Parts: sequence; C-alpha cells; structure tokens
Amino acid sequence: MITYRARRFRQQTALFPSGSTLSTPLLAMSLSPEDISRIALLSRIELSPTELETTRDQLNGILGFIEQLQAVDTTGIEPMAHAVDVVQRLRPDVVTETDRRDDFQAVAPETEAGLYLVPRVVE
Amino acid sequence: MNWEVVIGLETHAQLQTKSKIFSGSSIAFGAEPNVQANAVDIALPGVLPVLNREAVVCAIKFGLAVGATIAPRSVFARKNYFYPDLPKGYQISQFEIPVVQGGGLSIRVGAGDTATEKFVHLTRAHLEEDAGKSLHEDFHGKSGIDLNRAGTPLLEIVTEPDMRSSAEAVAYARALHALVQWIGICDGNMQEGSFRCDANVSVRRPGEPLGTRREIKNLNSFRFMQQAIDFEVQWQINEITEGRAIRQATVLFDPDTGETRSMRSKEDAHDYRYFPDPDLLPLEIGADWIAEVESGLPELPQAMQARFQAEYGLSAYDAAILTASRAMADYYVAAVAVAGGANGKAVANWIMGELAARLNKGDMDVAASPISAAQLAGLIQRIADNTISNNIAKKVFEALWNGEGKSADEIIEKQGLKQITDTGAIEALVDEVLAANQKSVEEFRAGKEKAFNALVGQAMKATKGKANPQQVTDLLRKKLGA
Repeated sequence: MITYRARRFRQQTALFPSGSTLSTPLLAMSLSPEDISRIALLSRIELSPTELETTRDQLNGILGFIEQLQAVDTTGIEPMAHAVDVVQRLRPDVVTETDRRDDFQAVAPETEAGLYLVPRVVE
Repeated sequence: MNWEVVIGLETHAQLQTKSKIFSGSSIAFGAEPNVQANAVDIALPGVLPVLNREAVVCAIKFGLAVGATIAPRSVFARKNYFYPDLPKGYQISQFEIPVVQGGGLSIRVGAGDTATEKFVHLTRAHLEEDAGKSLHEDFHGKSGIDLNRAGTPLLEIVTEPDMRSSAEAVAYARALHALVQWIGICDGNMQEGSFRCDANVSVRRPGEPLGTRREIKNLNSFRFMQQAIDFEVQWQINEITEGRAIRQATVLFDPDTGETRSMRSKEDAHDYRYFPDPDLLPLEIGADWIAEVESGLPELPQAMQARFQAEYGLSAYDAAILTASRAMADYYVAAVAVAGGANGKAVANWIMGELAARLNKGDMDVAASPISAAQLAGLIQRIADNTISNNIAKKVFEALWNGEGKSADEIIEKQGLKQITDTGAIEALVDEVLAANQKSVEEFRAGKEKAFNALVGQAMKATKGKANPQQVTDLLRKKLGA
C-alpha cells in the first residue's frame, strides 16, 4: 500500500545525513500491477488491463514527485495535517435544517416508504 | 495448565447533542426515515462539514472525567470504505491524533465486601460520525437505506487489553456506562444503540505473548457481553487445545444460540486508508476552554465515594452502590440533606435495603421511586428520634409507597403508629402480660431463655408493636429480676 511504502521510504532516506540533496530519487519506488489491482478493488474502480498499466504509470509518476518532496530535510519542522495553518471553526449545537426528503428523493433512482433503495447488501 | 483471558473493549457512546456532528440536522430518535438527513448527511456534491462545538465539549468532559490528556490539537481523518449506509464513501473519524489520549477508569469486580478494585487504562477516545442504517427486509430484492443516523456524533472509547475475565469486562462496561450518563454526555440507552461495545478477546498461557484476538461486534447488553465473551473464550481454548490456531476475525454474537460466529476473516478485512480530512482543519482546544468545561463538571463518582466513606462512615461497597448511577447518588444526597449527616448510614441502609427491594420488584429506576428522597428522610428522622420503631417504620414505608400519605409524620399521626414511650403505660402492660403468661414466667425462671423471647413477643403484641422493643425488654428483665 502506498502509505506503508512511503513510510518505509522515509525511514530509508532518514539514514542519510541531513542536508544531502538528491538530484535523482534515491530509491525508485514503483507500484506493482498487484498493488494497482488492490487499490482499484478498494476504490471500487474496474480497470481493464490497458487502464491498469496507464494508471500504474500515472501513480508511479506521482510517487516520483513525492520522493522529491521527501528528499527535503524537514528536521525540526512540526508536521502539519493541512497546508494552511488555520484552526477549525465550530458551530453552535442548533438544529437548523428542515425536512427536504421529497426534494432529495425526487432525484434518487429508487425509493420506497421514505427509504433509498439500493442493490441488496447483506454482510 | 491455566489459560489467561485478555480482553480490550471499544465502546461507541452516542453524544447527547441536539444536532449532528457536522451538520444542523436533528438527531432525535424515532423520526420517519430520512427526514433528518440533509445535504451534508446524504453527501451531495459541494457540501462541507462544520464541527459541532457541543460534541467537542462532550469529549473534553469525558477526558477530564477519566484523567486523560485533552489534545491541544487533534486531527480529523477519513476512514474509507464502501457501504450504502455511508453515502460519502468514508466516515469522518480521528486516527493519528485523537482528542482524548490515555486516562483510565477504576472498577469494582464482584459483589459485597469481597469485591476487588481494578484500574482499566484507556488508550484513547476520539470523535466520529455514525453511519446510516440498512434495512434488509425484502424490498423486492433490494435493501432500504435510512440516513437519519448518518452524522450522529459518537465518542469511541478504546481500552488497553487490561481485562482478564468477562466479569471484569462487564464491570468496566457498567462503570463506563454509568460515567457517561453521570457527566451528561450520553443517555446510555442500549436498546436504541446509544451505547454499544465491541470486545477484543484472546487467550494465552500466563506469561506468554498475547494470543491472536477475535473481535465480537455490537454487544448491546451487559448480559450478552458476558455470554458472548464466555462462549468465545471457551471456543478459543478448545480450538487451541485441539491443535488449531486462532485466526484473527470479526465475529457476531447470536443471542438465540448463545454462540459467536465469524463474520469476516482478516484476509478480507477492510483496509481503511486513513488520511487527514482536507475539509476539516485541526481542532484546537485551549487550556481556558478546558478550565471552563471543568468548572461545569459535577462531582465525579470516585470523589463522591470517598466523601461518603469519610463523612458518613459508609463501607466502600455501600459507597459504590450509592454512586452506581447519577440518579441514585442524587437521591442519596437529597435524602441525607434532609435527614442530616448523622443519619447518613441509616439513609444508605434504607435505600439499599427496603427501597432497592421494592424498586427491583417493580423493575423501576430510583428516579421513578414513588417515595421521594425527602419522604424517606422524614421517615428515617422519626426512627432516629424514637417516634417509631424499625418494625413500624417498615409499615410507614409501605404506606408511603402506596401513597397513603404525603409524609411519614402524616401517616404516623393518621394511623396512630406513634411509639409508646410512656414508661408507666408500658409497665402496666408488662404486668398484664406477666400475669397472663405464668407458664412462660416459670419456664424462664427454670432457665429457658426462649420463654423470655415469648414474653417480649406477647408484650409487643399487646402494644400492637408500638412500644419501644428495647424498653419492653429492659422492663421485663427488671420485673423478672433477671
């Protein structure tokens, strides 16, 4: 999985003295066709063999960019969950919404007794 | 050789807010399907979640109540999986940095004075949204989806694998159930799913590393929890004894058969691919906010137990019983406020004795008691000042329970139950009894202690139970020269 490999990659880059800049990726990270199939399954996306190859190239390209980012020395820099340093705005605990079920269900493929109907799912 | 059972619990407590965690829809229970699901809840394109302040307050209250660290900055994450009752395709939760970290809960395992104390460590508690409901009744071969519950605020409370028996797991779950209601963050209604537990169970030989665990999902009663864990433990021991390794799995408990059965194995377990939700910025909680919430917290059960023991001389067991729920503690505190601290022990005895017995019989909660705390306190005061004996007090209690009067005083007056304390009157009665029961008197003089009891009984009967038994006993002994 991407996150797992990325983490492993970070651990490996950390072995190098800080400040070393790399012109080429240290470790050519690449996703196998099996990785792509797994990601496609988890995302519920069906890929033809050709699409699978195209997607693999594209994702590997993105990982290449990430490798460049990870090569930057971030020692002493606090990790951020978001790109902007702003905190979450909160709303008061007040019910502001009215029932708009009819509007929403007018565009739903199938409804009955106020329920949305979907292909049968039993776990 | 012994087996050691290792249990960790994950509990979902539905938070007592008015609106959803990320939208302004109502979370009231029992509404028509999908009338409480707005554009955010049904995941229409372009909508943005906005965090409910009150849900955060609930998390802070909980963190304070269990002595945890309240994260000054926590992060919401997307937990990705596909299911029709999760319209976004992900659940907003917290992953790497939860809002509540560490802490723990003291529990009592077992009953009476043989009960033992144990501290269960918490790993974390995090805020998240609930999913909708799938109805699998037959809709022409389709499933029905109700999204009213989607977006309901939950606090998921996770323990360390600290429990060593189903009894400990249930004791912890009960203590947690009482605590979340005590601090007013969850109504604890298990039938409606406001408080539901998952149990991670494994077995091992003492001293060995942890065994492979199986997770029992959605335990919605304490009885089922006990049954499910006991069954699961025995099943795992049998498997290992017969040479089969335990495979990590999620299982369901079937109350009809009393068995657990595998729902999915680890091979097809979900890979949730958590990542920080770009729609929600980090949640910041400053020390001033925490202090403000703390000032509004009620006295916690543990502190109250210590106070009851110190101020009213209650045993640890009694103190634990009286703080088992907020309603119980409120009742006790209100009764002692009227009866006086000197009667603290008597009030405890009456609540745990007579009142508890009557409540249990009627399957009632103390909050619904027909006898108010002030009424019970009034009754106990009349025992304390010798207006009535303990036996008569039980009659008055019955009368109060049946609504025969507004107060103990009124019933004592109306039914003429006042204790006879006039020594002259009792003496006359005692003389009559002695004269009428010469046989018992002779037997007593011949050394039969039983005969004395018969005489006390006769004297009490003659006063219709209104004489002070101690006074009668003393007088009889005096008269008989014993």
